[in-house]
Order: sequence, then C-alpha cells, then structure tokens
Amino acid sequence: MTVETFSLRRAFVAGLRRELVLSYRHKGDLANPLIFFLMVVVFTPLGISEDPRMLTKIAPGMLWVIALLATLLSLDGLFRSDYDDGSLEQMVLSPQPLGLLVLTKVFAHWLLTGVPLTLLAPVLGVMLQMPGDGYGVLVLSLLVGTGSLSLIGAIGAALTVGLRKGGLLLSLIIMPFYVPVLIFGSGAVKNAIEGFPVGAELAILCAMLVGWCMFAPLAIAGALKISVRA
Amino acid sequence: MAWQWFHRLGSPKWFYEKTGPWLPWLGFISIALILIGSTWGLAFGPSEAKQGNSARIIYIHVPTAVLSMAGYYVMAIAGAIGLIWRMKLSFMVMKAAAPIGAILTFLALFTGAVWGKPTWGTWWVWDGRITSMVVLFLLYLGIVALQEAYQNQDTADKICAVLALVGMVNIPIIYKSVDWWYTLHQPASLKLTGKSSIDPSMAYPLLLMILAFYIFYTWVLLMRTRVEILKREQKTTWVKDLVARG
Repeated sequence: MTVETFSLRRAFVAGLRRELVLSYRHKGDLANPLIFFLMVVVFTPLGISEDPRMLTKIAPGMLWVIALLATLLSLDGLFRSDYDDGSLEQMVLSPQPLGLLVLTKVFAHWLLTGVPLTLLAPVLGVMLQMPGDGYGVLVLSLLVGTGSLSLIGAIGAALTVGLRKGGLLLSLIIMPFYVPVLIFGSGAVKNAIEGFPVGAELAILCAMLVGWCMFAPLAIAGALKISVRA
Repeated sequence: MAWQWFHRLGSPKWFYEKTGPWLPWLGFISIALILIGSTWGLAFGPSEAKQGNSARIIYIHVPTAVLSMAGYYVMAIAGAIGLIWRMKLSFMVMKAAAPIGAILTFLALFTGAVWGKPTWGTWWVWDGRITSMVVLFLLYLGIVALQEAYQNQDTADKICAVLALVGMVNIPIIYKSVDWWYTLHQPASLKLTGKSSIDPSMAYPLLLMILAFYIFYTWVLLMRTRVEILKREQKTTWVKDLVARG
C-alpha cells in the first residue's frame, strides 16, 4: 500500500469538502446569523423610528453594523469542535502547511456566513427604505468586506479556542480590527447613495482583504499551535 | 561576547538584581522633571493667543498620547522577542506594559475631552485621531482581558504576544490619522525633521514633559515587571532567600 501524497490543491479541496459536509449536517447553525440579521433589522424601526426619512438615512450604516455583528456571532464555534474532538491536532500534525488548512476553514466560513449575509442584505435594505442607488455597492462592499471579517474573526477564534467561555472575549479582541472594514464598507454605500464615486473605498476594502489573506493565516496557524500545545 | 548582555536578560534574577538600584534614580528624575516641566508650562510658559490658558493642557495631553503609542511598541516588541527567543522575561515586560498603556491611552482621551469642551465646544467628536485612539484603548483592554482569561501563564503569554503583534497594524494608522483624515484634530505640531509649527517657548516645556513621561514610563514599567518576576519566580530559591532576608 502506498502512502498517498496530497498536493496543496487537493488538500484545499478535501478540507473544503469536509467543512461543507459538516455544516450541511448541522443546517440549523447556518441559519442563525441570518435570523439574527433579520431580527435586528426588525428591531431598528421599532427602537429608533419608523419614519422613512430617518430609516433611509441610517440604512447603510445599520446594515453594515448588523452584518458585522452577525459574523461575530458565528465565529465562536469556528475551531471549537475541531479543538474538542482532536481534529485540530491532526491538522497541526499533517504534512500540509497549517496556514493553508485554516485558510480552507475560513473560506468555508465565508461561503456559509459572509455570502448568505451579502445576499440577504438587499432584501433587508428594502425593509429599511434604502435608496435604489446603494444596492449594487452594498452587495459588492459586503461581499469583499465579509471576507476580511471572516479572516480577522478567525484570528480571534484561534486565540480564544482554548477558553471555555471565549465568546465575549472574542468580540473584545477583534472589534478593534473590524473598525476599518466597517468605516470603508458603510462609507462606500453612503457615497453611492449620495452620488459620489465609490472606487476608492472599494479599492481599500479589496486591499484589506488581500492584506489579511496574506497575514491572517500565519497568525491563525501560530495561535492554533499555541492552543493545541497547551 | 557582545551579545552576552542579551542572553543575561533571559534571567529574571539578573534583571531583578540589576534594575533594583536604578529605581530610586528613575523615580527621582522623572518626578523632578514632571514638576519642573509642568510648572514651566502651566505657570511660566506663554498662554496661547486664541485659546488662552486652556491650551496648557497639551503639557499633559501630548506626553500621554505619545507614550500610549510608544508603549504599544514596547509591549508588541517584547511579545515578539518572547515568541522568537522564548525569553520568559520579555513576556513579563509585555504583561506589565499592557495596563500602563491602557491607562495612558485613557488619560490622553480624557485630557483631550476636557480640552475639547471649551475649544471645540464638545466633549467628543468622532474624528480620525480620536476614533483610532479609542481603538488603541480597546486593543490594550483586549490584551489585559486575554491575559486574565487563561489559567496557564505560558499559554496566556504566547497568545497575548500573537494578539499584540497583529495589533501592530493599527499603530501607523493612528499615527498618520491626523494627516489622512483632515478633520478636527490638528496635525502634529512637533516635528523631528523640518520646521515645527509650535513656538520654542512652548516647545521646550513640552519636550521636557515628553522626556519626563518617558522616564516615568520606564520607572513604572520596571516596577511592574519586578513585581511580575517575584510573582512568577516565587518557587525559586533566590526569591525565597530574598523574602527570608526581608
């Protein structure tokens, strides 16, 4: 019997398939961030004002903030079950670089949280009376921005995976890193609604995504190795 | 041989014994300089043409703000040294630096708000510099909280070092925020190169206060590190001897 050698691409595909199968078997977890997104959007007119002019004004910022919080909620379990059942140790020991394997997990997280949130956002934008000019940019900015959110969040999840109650701490430690993404994301949507160019904001969002793509896997892998050894 | 001092730094005992005699000097010099600088700035320096006496708060505000950012580098670099060379001592420095940095950041925000009320007409504005200082404050709090959350000290140290290093990306943003988002907060008046936009009669007491705060920071950092050393090394014989000797 020969030992099968895995190319990086095959490792990526196999890891992705595993993640997708696992989350398909826990379908309930997939819906939670989306339900949270919907719920807070419903709270907004009830809590602030149902005046359409007011809602029009705050809609882009609200949608971005709530999407960010929904991502935050979904992060706590990112590495938890793998840590508990020992899969994480196998990933650390595997011949493939850990950075690539965690990138697979983060990519799956983005596919299953970031993309659905992005697709739901325009619908909720209608509920918040968002003006028509903003929808395209809202979807684009969220699509790129949630990628950064998943990558940054995974750093936080890796840093707190060894803690029983990491949830609240996780929010505290990654919030500072979410601030720039939020500023440029909601800034782009506001600019689009007011008729200003949005190229600069979207370019910065893309640049942040590329930057975190390079940097985050190293930090995640480092933090996971420390947590596994402890 | 040139690197001997660096390897010696790995020994908490050596560090503890070496820094003991420095403490009274650092304490005396920093308090004397703070007294001189604040008397000079607050009582004898000229008052600002448009703002009157309220501008005198810069003698506290600027040094705390400078130190809050410099302190982050101290913490992050100490964490990096700990991760790379597995040096226990530098993790202790990192742990000691976090709460000091948080307090300095808070003081910078607080003095800024006190100054903003008479000058800008509001306690708080969401301007680039202020927002990024709040972010810095949250970063410090995150590291303090993470340090407390882990039971195992070794894991806590390494995890916090990773977080501190990731947080380094924010420091240049805070530093340049006044130039990039030209909002309410003024750009830096003191410049290392080129002409400063502040009159020498105000710049000298300000520079003196910044120097005084650097020395004060070193003093507090050393004291906190020494306490941390004693806490972590309490099972070793040299600490027991120290305690027995009183």
